[in-house]
Amino acid sequence: MKPGFRQSMAWLHTWSGLLVGWVLFAVFLTGTAAYLRPEISLWMRPELEVTRPGPDIAPRLMEAMARLAPGSPNWSIGMPTARDPVARVFWRDPQAPNRRGFRDAALHPATGEVLTARATRGGEFFYRFHFDLHYMSPIVARWIVSACAMFMLVAIISGIVTHRRIFADFFTFRPGKGQRSWLDGHAVAAVLALPYHLMITYTGLVTLMFLTMPWGAQLAYKGDRAAMNADIFGNAPVTRPAGRPAPLVGIGPLVEEAARRWEGSSVGRITVQNPGDARATIQLVRQDSERISFNPQSLLFDGTTGALISATGEAALPAAETRGVMYGLHVGRFAGPLLRGLFLLSGLAGSVMVATGCILWAVKMRQQAAKRGRVGFGTRLVEHLNVAAIAGLPVAMGAFFWANRLLPAQMEGRAEWEIHLFFAAWGLCLLHPLLRRGRQAWVEQLGLGALLFGLLPLLNLLVTRRHLGITLAEGDWIRAGFDLGLLAIGGALGAIAWMVARPKVAGARAERTAASPLATAEAAE
Amino acid sequence: MRLPPWTGILSRSIAAILGGYLLASLVAACCALGLALPRAEAVMTGAMLAFAVHAGAVIYAFAVRSAWRAWAGLALPAALLGGLLWLLQSGGAA
Repeated sequence: MKPGFRQSMAWLHTWSGLLVGWVLFAVFLTGTAAYLRPEISLWMRPELEVTRPGPDIAPRLMEAMARLAPGSPNWSIGMPTARDPVARVFWRDPQAPNRRGFRDAALHPATGEVLTARATRGGEFFYRFHFDLHYMSPIVARWIVSACAMFMLVAIISGIVTHRRIFADFFTFRPGKGQRSWLDGHAVAAVLALPYHLMITYTGLVTLMFLTMPWGAQLAYKGDRAAMNADIFGNAPVTRPAGRPAPLVGIGPLVEEAARRWEGSSVGRITVQNPGDARATIQLVRQDSERISFNPQSLLFDGTTGALISATGEAALPAAETRGVMYGLHVGRFAGPLLRGLFLLSGLAGSVMVATGCILWAVKMRQQAAKRGRVGFGTRLVEHLNVAAIAGLPVAMGAFFWANRLLPAQMEGRAEWEIHLFFAAWGLCLLHPLLRRGRQAWVEQLGLGALLFGLLPLLNLLVTRRHLGITLAEGDWIRAGFDLGLLAIGGALGAIAWMVARPKVAGARAERTAASPLATAEAAE
Repeated sequence: MRLPPWTGILSRSIAAILGGYLLASLVAACCALGLALPRAEAVMTGAMLAFAVHAGAVIYAFAVRSAWRAWAGLALPAALLGGLLWLLQSGGAA
């Protein structure tokens, strides 16, 4: 390693970034998509009508649950919201075929009827993938993602040290100049949203801290998980049923009580334990989109008398509130449309930062290789993985959406097959650069991504009723906006593909400035 | 005998990743037992702080002049915190 603080930090920045860059890009991009989790889920279930929630929705939903899950010891009702206008409910069913013993359903926001839609994970898939990955144990995946996030944190800090002219470079972009342009692009994407990058990385680590940094909790609680869960998460203690039937109290007055205590804000979730039993309890949890902090505020009522048993999260202590705010900032559910838009753009800037960083490494290596006259295996490997990880992921995401539209609605294991096709498309993108070298591989994958995204609104016209012609006319802004967003992404990918496809312009300019080792390297290919 | 440069990098990497994690864990554990706060508060303060400590340890391990210094600079606070943790635990048991 070269001496000098800045040089060692430059070295650390390069390697901590490159080693995990491909995983980070996938986590950043799918995590950014997860800001639109409800919108994606709604778009992927074109059968669902968008209706405003009725005024007396809570009692309707409780009646629906009594019909759906009469013998269940546990109900959970996610209330409909403006962004996700259906009620999402699940309940424990000891006879359920899956191992966890839960069943779920989507209910109509005004009548409480069960809605049927195609089986899909929807936006939930991107949200889960960005920390649970797939085809592996979620615990292992969270450790991997946390370790990558720690590399990211180190890369950001060492990057700030390395980069001495942050504010000057903020206004510097020299396009069409090979390595210099990649460096400028990397710096602009990084500096533009630097507070966001630091925030999202650190808060990401904090969301998984009870897994990755459990030692304090283990020593302080000496393995007493129940005490810890009650202390930290405010979980209601599990009550055993009395075995005597008793009717549930009406939910209306409880919801009114909650609105009074929470300054008029609404109930996000209703959970019922032992419904129909003398020891029933009803817990109301405040809507998480209405405060920054993710610490749940909840009220626990006796399920037969309606008497308030306890209230949690009303006066959070400093550390708990700090964690709650960090968690809340990470998931961004509090953000209104404008702020959510900024979060989305910042997340995209983060993805661009990681992508340009990985490309920059490969471009530098090419230049050194051109001087030596030989391109090493490492450089080829990085170039190959860059194409598959960066250009391949949008192709995989596009394939996921196409699968959602084209797989038969009644297909067995349909939701899982959408995901299998996502990974199949990504896997093909990993093989494709073996056949097509250098720029060609980039152009083809970016171009395919552009086609997949850009043609989705057209496919909608052919296979669903929810195409732009109808959604715009009906004022279904969530789906119309999503289709327009897909067109924009398709356009952006197409524009990038087009720019990459014109090497002559970039090459000619680079030749004038730096005698273009990059261009010669490519000519030698 | 001079070792090849990659051994220094490997040594620093192990110090940074494993040594840094150990140091961060010790900070989290000492906070959890030592801070005069409600139990859950002390636990969460320590855990949230730990990631900053780990990141700082990595930066330190690669900023100092030699791999030996990296190990020494992490081992010293780790030993102090280890001693403190031992005191806190035996104090709690008494």
